[in-house]
Amino acid sequence: MKAVDVVATAFRNSFRSRLRTSLTVLAIFIGAFTLSLTNGLGTGVNSYLDDTVASVGVEDVMTVTKVAEDVPTEGPAEYDPDQMEADGPPGATTVALSEDDIDTIADIEGVQSVQPVKQVATDYVQHDGGDKYQLSVSQFVPGMKAELASGRQVDLDADEPQLVLPESYLEPLELGSAQDAVGQTVRLAVTDGTGAQVTTEATIVGVAEPGVISGAGAIPNDVLTEALFDLQTTGASEAAATQYGQASVWFDAGAGTAEVQALQDRLDDAGYLGSTLEDQLGTFTAVIDGIVLVLNGFAVIALVAAGIGIVNTLFMAVQERTREVGLMKAMGLSSGRVFSLFSIEAVVIGLVGSALGVLGAIGAGQLVNSFSGTLLADLPGLTLVAFDPVTVATVVLAVMGIAFLAGTLPALRAARQDPISSLRYE
Amino acid sequence: MSAGVSGGGVIPARYTRVTVRAIRAGSLSARLDHVNISGTTREAADVASPLLSVSNLHKTYGSGPSAFEALKGLDLDIAEGESMAIIGKSGSGKSTLMHLLALLDRPTSGTITLDGTDTARLSAKQLNQTRNSAFGFVFQQFFLNAQASVLDNVTLPLKIAGVSRRERTARGMAALAQLELDDKAGNRANDLSGGQKQRVVIARALINRPRVIFADEPTGNLDTATGAVVEDILFDLNRRQGINLVVVTHDEDLAARCDRSVFIRDGLVAVPEGVAA
Repeated sequence: MKAVDVVATAFRNSFRSRLRTSLTVLAIFIGAFTLSLTNGLGTGVNSYLDDTVASVGVEDVMTVTKVAEDVPTEGPAEYDPDQMEADGPPGATTVALSEDDIDTIADIEGVQSVQPVKQVATDYVQHDGGDKYQLSVSQFVPGMKAELASGRQVDLDADEPQLVLPESYLEPLELGSAQDAVGQTVRLAVTDGTGAQVTTEATIVGVAEPGVISGAGAIPNDVLTEALFDLQTTGASEAAATQYGQASVWFDAGAGTAEVQALQDRLDDAGYLGSTLEDQLGTFTAVIDGIVLVLNGFAVIALVAAGIGIVNTLFMAVQERTREVGLMKAMGLSSGRVFSLFSIEAVVIGLVGSALGVLGAIGAGQLVNSFSGTLLADLPGLTLVAFDPVTVATVVLAVMGIAFLAGTLPALRAARQDPISSLRYE
Repeated sequence: MSAGVSGGGVIPARYTRVTVRAIRAGSLSARLDHVNISGTTREAADVASPLLSVSNLHKTYGSGPSAFEALKGLDLDIAEGESMAIIGKSGSGKSTLMHLLALLDRPTSGTITLDGTDTARLSAKQLNQTRNSAFGFVFQQFFLNAQASVLDNVTLPLKIAGVSRRERTARGMAALAQLELDDKAGNRANDLSGGQKQRVVIARALINRPRVIFADEPTGNLDTATGAVVEDILFDLNRRQGINLVVVTHDEDLAARCDRSVFIRDGLVAVPEGVAA
């Protein structure tokens, strides 16, 4: 018997008892549907986190701050003149990094380069003499990508001051649509060391879509940051001009987690705290992965139950076709082909069930996404259930694998049947 | 063959015999013709080595005290082109003999030679191929796939042999045409009458152009008139195409139409008897 005939016959055989096959397919459907949906949920949420991570920073950059020494776990902390407000929850403070600290960090093994984060506090942003609005300026790290509504990312090497403006500023600043805003100039104001307000201009090169972590801040390029920082520190004491809240440290991201951990340990020994993006976002991903794993566990239990359904269905089919198998063996069909006939029949049931389940899950995902848009409006850009082809294919193949395993037992029984006693079977 | 004579009810023996004789009387000339031709065939075959040869055949089922010896050292030669009936009571070992001859089972001891080849030396794959290409099977209970089409049923041996679909269809239609069933090719096997079903079975047995057709009570499930038609077809094949017939039957009249009848009693050939001669 040719392989193509074996497959075609097995395919036709699987639908000979329609109701029985449909019920087994339904059981597989439920398992595959659940598994695809939970996987889709994990994919959706994690890819949202990944996008967010890319807009916050890059993988080979570590944020380094100075550890405040002798921070009491209880009671008020002693005043430290070097203390300054830190990025983070309100009230969080950090010890400022001086130029000496920057040099120390640069000398630590594993640090490829270090750059102080120049914090700039702008007073307002203004367009074409219109109303003035408050604007915070984020730190830009090379490789970071804001999700853009139009335009492009800032050019770090450009000589011109550039910035990416959040979408929410377009209407107040009367910049028109996102496309119109690109290429226009805005005026930024800072207060210098003497208390006087000074302004500088920058070109809008892109408009950012709202994201969770990038927040509502504008993203400047280096030229603009330098310009603002210079203006801000003009007239200020030397100490204030060379104090930084944090520094960005570049390291070899490809060196592996152990090496990164070693670098963090060395920073820790020197009195600094280095945290990678993974440290900052890893907890989220771990929790989501954990939840998805538990849900997948339930789906796999459903699939195993469905697999037992396949065993049952095929045993019935083998029983029903005892004489047919006997006849085919009498006519010269080998035991191996008989085995293939029944195990492929099981795989066909698995394929139909899982394909329908995956399609159903994709359909349900679309439905959920259309609702979640309104329910989870605070998380812009979130696609709650996303499907990537690899996961979908894995689910289908895994279910076919389970079905094959389930089919081996009945298929072996059919293959071992003796033609004479099969033909006498009543 | 009308639908009215379908079905396989048990007809009282006496009634059967009377009716069969009545029908036979009508086709006496054809029968005589058949006897003459097969007679010549046998003479020619006697010169050549036998197609199937069995010597000192033993078959024991089970082991220990519950062992049952179905065949006890049986010897038998089947000549090329011969039609042979195996007759015997239930439990005489006649079905066992047919299964061994058809290579569906292996003997406990003794040799079965097919075309000069000791079949004990054949591998499982070679046995499968031999059964597929050299043998055709006709069983009392038809063993048709009720849901599949008549054509699919008939071409099953070709499918097992790995013949392409196009050739299967062509040869299947030819075989059905030979049995005047080509208009039923697309019907489901279940929708046919008993006689039509047995003709489909014969078409299936013929499709691989076999050298031997093994028929186990081929008319057992048919009424007398239908059974006679099926018998005529089988003997016609034997006569015209030289296909050997090995028929296992209780029916003495069917056995009488064969070139030779072999009576099996207690696992041995009782009285070898040439009926046709």
